[in-house]
Amino acid sequence: MSDLEAFRKEVRAWLEENCPKEMRDAGAGGEDSICWGGKRWKFASEAQKTWLGRMAEKGWTVPAWPKEYGGGGLSKEEVKILKAEMRAIKARSPLESFGIWMLGPALLKYGTHEQKAHFLPPIARGEIRWCQGYSEPNAGSDLASLQCKCEDKGDHWLLNGQKVWTSYADESDWIFVLVRTDPKATKHTGISFILVDMDQKGVSTKPIKLISGKSPFCETFFDDATAPKEHAPGVSAIVGELNKGWDVAKYLLTHEREMIGGGGSASLFAARSPGELAAQKSGLDAGGRLDDSMLRAKIAQADVDGWAFMLTLERIKDEAKAGQGSGANSSMLKYYGTELNKRRYELMMDAGGSDELEWEGERTKDGKLARGWLRTKANSIEGGTSEVQLNIIAKRILELPGA
Amino acid sequence: MPLILTEEQEMLRDSARGFLDEKAPVAALRKLRDTNDPDGFSRDLWKEMAEMGWAGIIVDEEYGGSGFGFVGAGVLAEEMGRTLTASPYLSTSILAATALKKLGSDAQRQEGLPKIAAGDLLYALAVDEGAKHGPAKTAMAAEKHGNGFKLSGDKTFVADGHVADKIIVAARTAGAPGEMKGVTLFLVDAKAKGVETERTQMVDSRNAARIKFDGVEATGDDILGEVDGGYGALEGVLNAGRAGLAAEMSGAAQAAFKMTVDYLKERKQFGTEIGTFQALQHRAAHLYSEIELAKSVVLKALQELDDNYGIAGPVCSLAKAKVGEVAKLASQEAVQMHGGIGMTDEYDIGFYMKRIRVAQEMFGDPAFHADRIAQMRGY
Repeated sequence: MSDLEAFRKEVRAWLEENCPKEMRDAGAGGEDSICWGGKRWKFASEAQKTWLGRMAEKGWTVPAWPKEYGGGGLSKEEVKILKAEMRAIKARSPLESFGIWMLGPALLKYGTHEQKAHFLPPIARGEIRWCQGYSEPNAGSDLASLQCKCEDKGDHWLLNGQKVWTSYADESDWIFVLVRTDPKATKHTGISFILVDMDQKGVSTKPIKLISGKSPFCETFFDDATAPKEHAPGVSAIVGELNKGWDVAKYLLTHEREMIGGGGSASLFAARSPGELAAQKSGLDAGGRLDDSMLRAKIAQADVDGWAFMLTLERIKDEAKAGQGSGANSSMLKYYGTELNKRRYELMMDAGGSDELEWEGERTKDGKLARGWLRTKANSIEGGTSEVQLNIIAKRILELPGA
Repeated sequence: MPLILTEEQEMLRDSARGFLDEKAPVAALRKLRDTNDPDGFSRDLWKEMAEMGWAGIIVDEEYGGSGFGFVGAGVLAEEMGRTLTASPYLSTSILAATALKKLGSDAQRQEGLPKIAAGDLLYALAVDEGAKHGPAKTAMAAEKHGNGFKLSGDKTFVADGHVADKIIVAARTAGAPGEMKGVTLFLVDAKAKGVETERTQMVDSRNAARIKFDGVEATGDDILGEVDGGYGALEGVLNAGRAGLAAEMSGAAQAAFKMTVDYLKERKQFGTEIGTFQALQHRAAHLYSEIELAKSVVLKALQELDDNYGIAGPVCSLAKAKVGEVAKLASQEAVQMHGGIGMTDEYDIGFYMKRIRVAQEMFGDPAFHADRIAQMRGY
């Protein structure tokens, strides 16, 4: 038996013994079944708590991170096996968070050993919940024009300014923030990436109600908020070099694009398909075709594009593995994947007709599809708008003048 | 199988690109058109292609071919699409070679495949009878006559029909038009009595013909595959053709796109390169994305033909549907972004638009194949 096969056997047996029965319904519960962790987290069930605890102990909440920082220290192949075995029993993800998705990768790439050792293990165990402070009221697509002030006060930093679109800031414990540490420098060079404890008077948050009726985002205000120069001996509050935070930000933006482009598409065929919904709502003719031929043509076109997009994700992954291809393709995937997702939801709403327009009530589970449809409108805005992605393609790939 | 080319396939692509740029640029097609060349392609060039192993690209080595499989065949088709190379490649080396390889008896294979690989024998596939593709619509009659059959009916849009030595033709031995059952494939000599071929001058200056069959005699030995059961077999051959055309269109779209992006960097108006205008940048970036999708579906379809020939239909339909749309968009954007010069015959871009228009129609347009995908998905 090869090492990988032995590993698979071991994982399978461990999961079988340790994954609570209630946690084997991945995909069924939607956003409500996610475990975010953090100081204020209230576990939805004892099983959720047990599951997180057991997985964290193995380091499998972040299987690819090094063991010394709370991870599982697994190779790419081993991570693949773990994920496949979890899928096989429909195991829920034990923990999701911006710490795992965003700050972790940033620290692993730009952090010092002390920063990693201090901040990563609590993320892996789900003890600290992080949020991301990037956009500002006057710095959206033009993120580098951000103005949130951060002054050097000797033993600490002093922050004044406002962030917006901070996801779940009202439920988070810490925030990683892009701030301006050198107001005289040119736009991209005076920015730093700083880690701030939100449990202080100078930091306040206010949820923003969205068109979907939900409030996943907040405004976050810094009024004489502080961060010590060192959160612990040798643990600097600044990640990467002072005034070079834009490098970290760019790295994370690319990372985020890939996640949104890939994530929006991975769920593409898992979600209800417009064709299925249309068949249910308006019926098929004797030849097995949708009665509504105009809608059918549109859905078929979207299915063609969706399938072609999935294959493109596969091809670009295979190219990357073979050391080919362009990194800038993450912009292409983000652009196309999010536009496609919006299209599919529009078609789903077309197919659902008036039934799916019920905003409240048991029949639509409080407008689940309609709220999901509205949520997709943000896909092509967050993480860099579609237009910004097209700019990046024009500049980095097509090398058009002045782009 | 990873969705990338192998080293061997990449080498094939690189050498094809060099050869075609030198020997068969768009200027060669222009010359064939302007001189009203009777063959519609260069027999010398075809001979050279055969010597390089291209004519027998999917023919197994035991029959004198180069045994590259469909991915290799598609790599060549894509390169020929870039330069709009006119040759009997699609009809002989993809369609007929697939038909003989997959359906032929030992004798038929022995007889045909080595000559295909050597570039000595040209074939055509005659399927369509009306303006829109639909193999099940086959109405051409194959009536029992003694020990054999008599074929009567009209075929249209037959690529290389007027230069072919042999014609593979779909006819009805049973059933009614619209039914899958009852279709049979025959291998007919182009010079047989009762075959009347009219070369049709097409938009793309490439070879096509209408062929009348008037009581053309065929024996049992001329049947390719099974009597009455030719529909599925024909679909397999058509799928190879669809993937080949998708590859060709992908190449044509990429070439037209490259010309366009180059033009955006050169052409100045309002005192600056027009490529600085965001209105054009975004259209170009969108088209880039679409072309990336086209590349993926082409490669997947070709790989599927090599690995799972019998069930490659859906992904070949995907390729024909998607690339048909993308290539059309690429040619339209190319003309628009070139402006006035894109409308001139002197400039090459129009040749791309014309070839893409014909190729996306052949063996099913995007709507035909999107319909198949909808049916497959149960709506």
